[in-house]
Amino acid sequence: MKNVLELSYLIPLFPLIGFLVIGLGRKYLSKSLTGIIGSGVILFSFLLSVWIFFQVKEGNSGVVEYFNFISAGSLKIPFSFQIDALSSLFLLIITGVGFLIHVYSASYMHHESKEHFARYFSYLNLFVFSMLLLVMGGNFVILFIGWEGVGLCSYLLIGYWFKNSEYNYAARKAFVMNRIGDLAFLIAIFMIIAKVGSVSFGDVFSTEGLEKLAPSATIITLLLFVGATGKSAQIPLYTWLPDAMAGPTPVSALIHAATMVTAGIYMIARSNLLYSLSEVTQNIVAYIGLGTALLAATIALKQNDIKKVLAYSTVSQLGYMFLALGVGAYTAAVFHVMTHAFFKALLFLGSGSVIHAMSGEQDIRNMGGLSKKLKITFFTFLIGCLAITGIPPFSGFFSKDAILLAAFEHDERGKILILYSISLFTALLTTYYMFRLLFITFTGKFRGTKEQEHHLHESPALMTVPLIVLAVLAAIGGFVGIPEVFIKGGDKLTPFLSSVIATNHHPVSRSTEFFLMGLSGCLVVATIIFTWFRFKNYQPKEQKGFGKVLENKWYVDELYDKIIAKPLSKLAAFLNNFFERFIIDGIVNGVGRAVNYSSRQLRLLQSGQVGSYVLLMVLSILLLLLYQFFIKK
Amino acid sequence: MQIDYYIYLSVALFCIGIVGVLTRRNAIIIFMCIELMLNAVNLLLVAFSKMHHLKNAAVNASAGSDGQLFVFFIMVVAAAEVSVGLAIIVMMYRNIHSVDINFLNRLKH
Repeated sequence: MKNVLELSYLIPLFPLIGFLVIGLGRKYLSKSLTGIIGSGVILFSFLLSVWIFFQVKEGNSGVVEYFNFISAGSLKIPFSFQIDALSSLFLLIITGVGFLIHVYSASYMHHESKEHFARYFSYLNLFVFSMLLLVMGGNFVILFIGWEGVGLCSYLLIGYWFKNSEYNYAARKAFVMNRIGDLAFLIAIFMIIAKVGSVSFGDVFSTEGLEKLAPSATIITLLLFVGATGKSAQIPLYTWLPDAMAGPTPVSALIHAATMVTAGIYMIARSNLLYSLSEVTQNIVAYIGLGTALLAATIALKQNDIKKVLAYSTVSQLGYMFLALGVGAYTAAVFHVMTHAFFKALLFLGSGSVIHAMSGEQDIRNMGGLSKKLKITFFTFLIGCLAITGIPPFSGFFSKDAILLAAFEHDERGKILILYSISLFTALLTTYYMFRLLFITFTGKFRGTKEQEHHLHESPALMTVPLIVLAVLAAIGGFVGIPEVFIKGGDKLTPFLSSVIATNHHPVSRSTEFFLMGLSGCLVVATIIFTWFRFKNYQPKEQKGFGKVLENKWYVDELYDKIIAKPLSKLAAFLNNFFERFIIDGIVNGVGRAVNYSSRQLRLLQSGQVGSYVLLMVLSILLLLLYQFFIKK
Repeated sequence: MQIDYYIYLSVALFCIGIVGVLTRRNAIIIFMCIELMLNAVNLLLVAFSKMHHLKNAAVNASAGSDGQLFVFFIMVVAAAEVSVGLAIIVMMYRNIHSVDINFLNRLKH
């Protein structure tokens, strides 16, 4: 019987068709038609993904090969899709959240002109196509194609308003930062090819493949991790993500919060067997993740742009996921990817609704008291905040708790609670900045202009319905992974993913687990109350001292500018002014000048004097004779 | 007779020809000197041909005859060359009223 999974090629095909139709017909399609096509193709993909998900759940998973993509010598790279628990879960997240954001976009971007509206939707569809390719790819090369595709779409969408040169700089920054990571990823793929002779996940993660990779596992995993730091915005390559907020808000929600930035986590979770071989890399991943989580959270404390707060929060949450990957809790990382996709997409779309209501204003210092006018937005935003801070029973509680618990278990083996305590502290920071954002934006008195106040309105249904759906998901999404201590068999995610992700669980005692949950819960609630008293009557004021450092993001951008960008442009200027002008031009012009000079000298030989010709002829013959008789042996 | 004498004679003729070509300016004399060089070579060819014939006649009755054949070829070619060359010199004389080769430097243009 033909494998029904072969139909899975339809999932990425629909967004591709949507991209082509909308992209090519952007001059002819009306806006509503564009919106229907753009969202409709994603809906089809989503329905197919649900079907595939249930196929996988019934145990029907595997690799589907379509054709030979690259064949060189003994290396054969098929165009294949890997349909298993991990990829089907990501398919659901991407197409599900993607569909909601497409619907939302149709309303949010409605004031754009017809052509630009279609351009936006075609990019968005291309993004979904690339992202699906990324998670469905059955080998590293297909994954890499998707990886580059999402990077390109991210660039195109950050620079969507291309008339603003600052946005273009942001797009360029994102592209270049990603490129640094991609180089490392590419080298890692080459090394895998050199060692194993194949890039298919099945071969690489087989027992033999891992045996061949074991001697160089550390370097390969580190290179893969550098690739992941670029895409998933970790230290030191995280600075592009906050700048990426230059794009339209739904784009930030879809690409820079829910899906693309989790590609690095997907890739590492996919390679979990390889990462388990190298303890050094795992520690580096954990500490980089932890450092990023803490750094980004501190920066988020003092940001005043509603989207910037969420952007740094995303960086921080991604840091959590890497922490989970580093301590070997791959399932917890994937779980957090899922819940994060729900509540971060919700928060971003909520902020989009706020920005929409404020006629483009993004500075929270000019907002306040919006809860009266934007009731739906306020309630959904509140649910998002509760979810991200990990209040039970919202989804973030379960996934964040799984990560904290994994960190605690990891610490317990080393007897110092450094990972746990810092990640708990970061969770409190998260609570603080999220509720600061909520209180400043939605409570207190309105601080904007009269005109803005007059315009305040709740967003249309096309925008609020996705918000409500996401809010429901953010509220209940965590129930797929209820810890075993509450309900026996409540954790459905771990068994589901067990075919892809090897679990090495070191259970702590029930009482410890309850104590940890209670501790973090109490601290979070205490932080919320503290934040409420601090910000219920918020008045903007100038930041001084340490607050100013945080407001300026630790001056990391300035530091990078000083130590990397400036010297590079100096070097480029030097090469342009000196090397290019004197050496390269010198060589090129020198060749011409030398030919000119020598031909002018040679011209003198052609005197027209028959006598001199004959003399030369005779002399040459004499020389030839001499050579013939005396020199040649 | 010894072959050496033939060689001395033809080398002498050839050198006279070269010196003549190099030193004289009159086109006709240069022409004659070229003929002299050609005939010096002819002489040599004939001499060597005879030598070979004497040495190898017992084995091969026609030994060395190819050298003499070459001489005829050279004579025919030389005759053709002379007719063309003289025609050129006549035309040159008609145009510039001189056969001095130093006047021929306009050829470079």
